[in-house]
Amino acid sequence: MISLYFKHALRDIGKNRFVNAVSIITIALSVIITCSFVLFFINTSEILTLWKKGVRIMAYLYLDVPAEKIPEIQKKISGLYSVEDVRFISKEEAFDVLKEQMKRQSSLLENLKENPLPNAFEIRMIASSQTWEKIENLASQIQSIPQVEEVEYGQRWLARFSYIINLFKLSGYALGILFSVASVFIVANTVRLVLYSRRDEIEIMRLVGASDGFIKVPLYIEGIILGALGGIIGLIVLFTTFISITSNIDQGITSGAFQISFFSYSSMLIILISSMFVGWFGCFLSLKHIIKREL
Amino acid sequence: MNENNENSLIRMFHVYRRYGSKAALFDINLEVFKNEFIFITGPSGAGKSTLLKLLYLGEPASEGQILVDGINLARISRNRIPFLRRKIGIIFQDFKLIHSKTVFENVALVLEAAGKPRQFIQKKVGSVLRAVGMEDKQNSSPLSLSGGEQQRVAIARAVAGDPTIILADEPTGSLDAESASQVTGLLKDFHIRGSTIIVATHDKEFIKKSGGRAVYLKQGRIQPPPA
Ligand SMILES: Nc1ncnc2c1ncn2[C@@H]1O[C@H](COP(=O)(O)OP(=O)(O)OP(=O)(O)O)[C@@H](O)[C@H]1O
Ligand SMILES: [Mg+2]
Repeated sequence: MISLYFKHALRDIGKNRFVNAVSIITIALSVIITCSFVLFFINTSEILTLWKKGVRIMAYLYLDVPAEKIPEIQKKISGLYSVEDVRFISKEEAFDVLKEQMKRQSSLLENLKENPLPNAFEIRMIASSQTWEKIENLASQIQSIPQVEEVEYGQRWLARFSYIINLFKLSGYALGILFSVASVFIVANTVRLVLYSRRDEIEIMRLVGASDGFIKVPLYIEGIILGALGGIIGLIVLFTTFISITSNIDQGITSGAFQISFFSYSSMLIILISSMFVGWFGCFLSLKHIIKREL
Repeated sequence: MNENNENSLIRMFHVYRRYGSKAALFDINLEVFKNEFIFITGPSGAGKSTLLKLLYLGEPASEGQILVDGINLARISRNRIPFLRRKIGIIFQDFKLIHSKTVFENVALVLEAAGKPRQFIQKKVGSVLRAVGMEDKQNSSPLSLSGGEQQRVAIARAVAGDPTIILADEPTGSLDAESASQVTGLLKDFHIRGSTIIVATHDKEFIKKSGGRAVYLKQGRIQPPPA
């Protein structure tokens, strides 16, 4: 019986190619749009958390600050709110690190008469308080210490970036919901169109003894097949676009620390099941509407 | 209504069918017996098709009681209606073949809907199409068939499910004399094999040849036949 229903469903899809193509494309489009937003968030928020984890505030002191003053300044910074620890990096230490990093150009450094680097503090923040406002706040507090010449906490623009991402996230959710609802309705209307063009056929089927189930089950299967096809096509389009974009991105900007990632298999399965649900639900809505009006 | 007659297959008690303020059937009382060949006759618009429709619940009666093979049609639940219809083979006045399906598929539909196994369906459809002489056209679309051929496919579909009752609405209406007598012969065959047959027609020749009981309808009422 199930194979008969499948046969009927497939035959009906073949007979109404145009309307069914419209449904498949709609579902595919909503998968593409919703999922590309989700992909964007997943990857950008990954970058952000990675960068945030690495947030270190560097406070460089004036060159003429005497060494006796150092512990006092360190204490002052340690006392600031949300500071986890403060490490003093002497100019000598910094110079050694620099020399290590510039081994090949060591001749450059050897020509220097004196160490040009300032004494500095490296400040790490308590993980839970790493919001952009707090980072900025702390930075300006450190800046206001008179012996501090300059505060650097890199990626200042990240703050603005994360704000934009949050904005994107909201509009992404809204669009995702909008498109899913829209595809349910488009599928519902497509099925209704198909049913309307076949209402004589359905009427005849009833008159010769077909049960509601006999009429409905192939249509449900049809909806689920349309949903699955739309989901698969959407994922394929997404994946090929994803591959062509990521292969053009300079992996350098992600510092190799992490890989820009596509959906996992289980997420893809969820996407596929959701689009099948959309197909079925569209069918269900329009059948409820039509069957109710008949005897 | 409670009096049980073993041979009674269909009983109508004080049945009315109204369309708005207009009534198509008035106070119909009719009993049809098992294996009867009965005609419903009368002028156009008398209510013949309407009477048949009430029997397969194409429409509900406005008033009165109808029993079909022990089922009270006024009280049947919606999900039992398909089972009622599988007891009844209907030859519609306008054939009602599905144009997007082949002849074979049209006939097979009845058996698929009844949940019959595939091999049985293959055999059965072949044999009923052979019986009506349409086995050569089984892959054609009904649209490519002549009126008489469509009529025969409609008959094949009506009998495919081995129904207890066959309802035929003007089965010879659009046919020439030769096709008409072919159809008459087919219906008689099924009658001999045990089906109960109800034919709505104004074909007097048909009635005379078959020699069954005839019920005369006029303006929605059962009346004595005109002299
Ligand atoms: N759905 C409907 N709505 C309104 N009136 C209807 C409807 N169906 C039938 N009628 C009316 O009921 C009356 C009986 O119609 P019916 O089709 O039963 O006649 P008939 O005896 O089968 O005629 P014919 O020999 O032409 O087929 C007619 O007057 C018709 O106009
Ligand atoms: Mg009629």
